[in-house]
Formats: sequence, C-alpha cells, structure tokens
Amino acid sequence: MLSCKETTRLLSQGEDRKLAFGEWLALRAHLAICDGCRNVKAQFAFLRLATKGLSRDDNEEKPA
Amino acid sequence: MPPPKPAAFRPQIESLRPYLLRYAALQLRDAAAAEDAVQETLLAALAGESNFAGRSNIRTWLTAILKHKIVDTIRRQSREQPASEIDARSEAAEFDALFDRRGHWEEPPDAWEQPEGALGQKQFLAALEACLRALPERTARAFMMREHLGLETSEICKELGITATHSWVMLHRARMSLRQCLEINWFGKA
Repeated sequence: MLSCKETTRLLSQGEDRKLAFGEWLALRAHLAICDGCRNVKAQFAFLRLATKGLSRDDNEEKPA
Repeated sequence: MPPPKPAAFRPQIESLRPYLLRYAALQLRDAAAAEDAVQETLLAALAGESNFAGRSNIRTWLTAILKHKIVDTIRRQSREQPASEIDARSEAAEFDALFDRRGHWEEPPDAWEQPEGALGQKQFLAALEACLRALPERTARAFMMREHLGLETSEICKELGITATHSWVMLHRARMSLRQCLEINWFGKA
C-alpha cells in the first residue's frame, strides 16, 4: 500500500506524465480509502485551473 | 509605413502596460527581461493594430502576444545559460513535516470549500500570485511553464536544462507549496 507521501508524489506526476499501469492501480487503491489524498488530488486540479486562468479577462475589472 | 493610428489605440495599449509587466514578471523573474517582453509586445500591437479589429478584448489580445514573447524569452534564456546550478534536492524533503514516519498525514488535508468561487475574484488571484512569488525562482518558472503556458515537461526540461525526474520533483514541490500557501492565505479556516 502506498503511503500518503508517495501518493502525493504520484498525484503530482500524474499531472505531468502518463503513469504506469501499476502506479495507477496503486494510486486508485490508496485514494479509495484516503480522504486527505483525495482532497489533495482535487486541490492539484484546482491549482492547474487557477494558474491557467491567471490572465483571463474575467479575473479583474469585471464590469459592474 | 503603417497608416497612422487613431488616437485612442496607443493610450489604450499603454494603459495596460502595468498589467502586462506584472504578468511577465511572474513568469520571467527578471525585471529587465519582463520589460523587454512587454515592450516588444506593445510594439507588435501597434504595428499589428489591423489584426486586432473585431477581437473581443484588447487585453486578451495583448496577453496572447505577450505569452508568445515570454515563451521566446524562456527559450532564448535557456540557450544562453544552460543547466548550471541544479539543486536536485531529492524528493521534496521539505514536506516531511506533513507526514509521520510511515509517510501518513500528520493532519490529513481538508477539502477546500467551493474553490471555483475563488476563481473570478481579484483578491484570490493576488493571493495566488503572492504564493507563486514565494516559491524558489526556478520552481515557480517550471510550474508556470507547465500549468500556465501549458508546455510539456520534455520542453520544460530542455529549457531549464534539467532531467525529467528533476522536473517532476520541482513540479511536485511547487504544487505542495502552493496548496499549503493557499490553504493558509485563502482557504484557511480560523
């Protein structure tokens, strides 16, 4: 079973490369039982969304 | 010579200079390089005003030009100063404190409440920028290249002169730092 520490590392790498099947399975198994790591997964996805939108127009000076 | 510009166009573009500088500085980390990229962008915009006709928003258009200039600058910089100081501190050791000896959370992270609601907020964007600035320079640049500019890690590796493994460590470090920073400065519940 992966530790939470290893899980955060694989979650991050999953954003940057295709995980091997074994890694993916181990990740799935861990996420199924770990709320903390599931929350981190959602937070990494949110970071991506927020960073992508850093220059979007609706971020600032919204017309009233 | 291009035809003379209507008076409104130039001041409109100039008024966006501070925004563009802030945007470039976040990704280039070198005031001079950021100035240059913005200057080139403004010149390109003035020369290409006709291309703007009918676009939805002048800031969107300028930002798109600037984004290209930034990628160009990054590529140029990485050619000029190839991988020298690579701090391959392994496996994001600075996050050890979050975990116990067996690698389990000391305090499992809570879910953030309705994070989508933060996306449109100016203060949230400022908080995110502040968190990005708090990262080590190369870590922040790797993260911005990946998540903002949308480059593949292979490109980031080439441009920063690092190995794939090192890029994953840097990106992991960036994500862990940013989530911690935002948790404290934005999502934190007192």
